[in-house]
Amino acid sequence: MSVLVYTESEQGVFKKAALEVASYAKAVANQLGTTVTAITINIDDVTVLGNYGVDKVLKVSNAQLGSFNANGYAETIKQAAEKEGSQVVVVSSSADSKYLAPLLAVGLNAGYASNVIEAPTSTSPFTVKRTAFTNKAFEMSQINTDVKIIGVSNNSFGLVENSGNASAEDFSSSISDSGVKVESVDKATDKVTIADAEIVVSAGRGLKGPENWGMIEELADVLGAATACSKPVSDLGWRPHSEHVGQTGKPVASNLYIAIGISGAIQHLAGINASKVKVVINTDAEAPFFKAADYGVVGDAFEVVPQLIEKLKAFKAQQ
Amino acid sequence: MKILVCISHVPDTTSKINFSEGDTKFDTNGVQFVINPNDEFGLTRAMWFKEKQGANVTVVNVGGADTEPTLRKALAIGADAAIRVNTLASDGFSVAKQLANVVKDGAYDLVIAGRESIDYNGGMVPGMIAGLTDANFVNNCIGLEVDGTSATVIREIDGGKETVSTSLPLVIGGQKGLVEESDLRIPNMRGIMMARKKPLTVVEPIDANAETTSVKFEKPAPKGAVKLVSADNLDELVNLLHNEAKVI
Ligand SMILES: Cc1cc2nc3c(=O)[nH]c(=O)nc-3n(C[C@H](O)[C@H](O)[C@H](O)COP(=O)(O)OP(=O)(O)OC[C@H]3O[C@@H](n4cnc5c(N)ncnc54)[C@H](O)[C@@H]3O)c2cc1C
Ligand SMILES: Nc1ncnc2c1ncn2[C@@H]1O[C@H](COP(=O)(O)O)[C@@H](O)[C@H]1O
Repeated sequence: MSVLVYTESEQGVFKKAALEVASYAKAVANQLGTTVTAITINIDDVTVLGNYGVDKVLKVSNAQLGSFNANGYAETIKQAAEKEGSQVVVVSSSADSKYLAPLLAVGLNAGYASNVIEAPTSTSPFTVKRTAFTNKAFEMSQINTDVKIIGVSNNSFGLVENSGNASAEDFSSSISDSGVKVESVDKATDKVTIADAEIVVSAGRGLKGPENWGMIEELADVLGAATACSKPVSDLGWRPHSEHVGQTGKPVASNLYIAIGISGAIQHLAGINASKVKVVINTDAEAPFFKAADYGVVGDAFEVVPQLIEKLKAFKAQQ
Repeated sequence: MKILVCISHVPDTTSKINFSEGDTKFDTNGVQFVINPNDEFGLTRAMWFKEKQGANVTVVNVGGADTEPTLRKALAIGADAAIRVNTLASDGFSVAKQLANVVKDGAYDLVIAGRESIDYNGGMVPGMIAGLTDANFVNNCIGLEVDGTSATVIREIDGGKETVSTSLPLVIGGQKGLVEESDLRIPNMRGIMMARKKPLTVVEPIDANAETTSVKFEKPAPKGAVKLVSADNLDELVNLLHNEAKVI
């Protein structure tokens, strides 16, 4: 019966998204009058989950699941859902969760709604609100199957604290050999990722060339932000593809999005509209971004950004 | 190697999105449809396998007759044959069931789909096809090489990328990076002429339930006007972000 939530960790620490999906699972459990069970993979200390509404934790320790493999993870979550008799399984919108969720849906023969942004509006029929048309609209989607999988959009539901205690028990799954083997990982561990970032500093063609990104990185550093860019900037090779955000790039759902020298084309805005507060810095007061932004500065990035860095440093020093 | 490229027929990225029939249907009036951008990258990569490794490339769409121009465009870009499964695409799971059936029927070695369609943004069809056909699956694919029955795939992960090795049969969820933007092809006259002669087969759907149903759409609430801050007064911006927006 209990709502099952897959709580992801990285290097032994729960991701913020894990605590957000736990909060979400608690809201669903309240609606259904049941409890929340979390499943964790290779993490020792799970006590924090109790603070976000989890009643029970199924702890999996398995060296075969040491690096992410979508099949093995999906099989493990499936077996946990079956053990718990869960009718609802909640996952996040991380790259890994989006990778395993469709496999899990097939395994459980479950309808899957991705990019869900609110607690269900009704549990019978089971109806959730999700973003569609790349943030240009919302869709109310009804899940018709007995078992339902919900993928929660990052930063949409938020963290809801709940003082409680989670009991923990060991759980082992039987998994088949993965047909996909990780050979090498190339990942900057010292940088905030766009997916996890609370703040994203993004720059466009207005910056004129890759040599001018120093100030963008510095601004991001001061704010503890991730860096991003518009599509032409990555197409021109000024910045890596992984920084391209927008309708055909990565979606951004941060608390603050700062756009510097970005015009605000519809395809760009579609991908970043889910951000809560948007700031634009652009020389052209007519740039479409000003219609989408909450705060704007009409000015030259080469003058505004260095000054803003100084102001923010002074502000941070006072905090 | 037999490659199947799944083509989703989606509104052009510049489209204004409207709904009709009491906000229950997507209003296609005045909307121009295109090949889903993620699928276009995949199709272009498939052309490389065709030209360099002699692969045979079929494109497939699950949809009504109105999607045929999109399939013809894929043929004009260079695919050898097209299949349309004659049913309206209702939800991701049922579309995946239709596509899995096509994959089994045609014994494809490699299925290239997009990481996500830009209309419903389900992000589920490729993984479900893999699950339903017991094929290997790599999502967020930004690089793909095939050598015999082994494949090396580069996958984008949060904050970086990883290289994985796997084998055929394989399904990938592809995106930009599979090929570069500059590699995308615009069909030329010859391609368009040839496309008319290539086979576009219409097949009837299998029975498949819709596991999810779209009941209503909403548009985001209109936004208030931007607050402008003078470039000489950035303290004010810091102040607003801290005290008003509470984001720093
Ligand atoms: C199918 C398709 C998909 C697309 N998908 C995406 C996507 O996912 N993401 C995306 O970003 N784009 C996407 N685009 C491209 C999009 O249409 C725009 O071309 C792109 O977003 C523009 O990037 P930009 O704002 O950096 O450059 P520009 O439009 O060239 O704008 C540069 C801006 O910088 C300003 N500027 C110039 N100098 C300065 C200065 N010194 N200080 C401050 N401001 C300055 C200018 O006033 C201008 O507004 C897509 C396009 C298509 C056709
Ligand atoms: N109706 C369809 N016909 C063919 N392929 C589709 C269809 N819908 C989705 N796909 C494929 O699945 C990918 C992901 O779609 P989705 O899961 O809807 O986000 C798309 O990029 C296509 O490759």
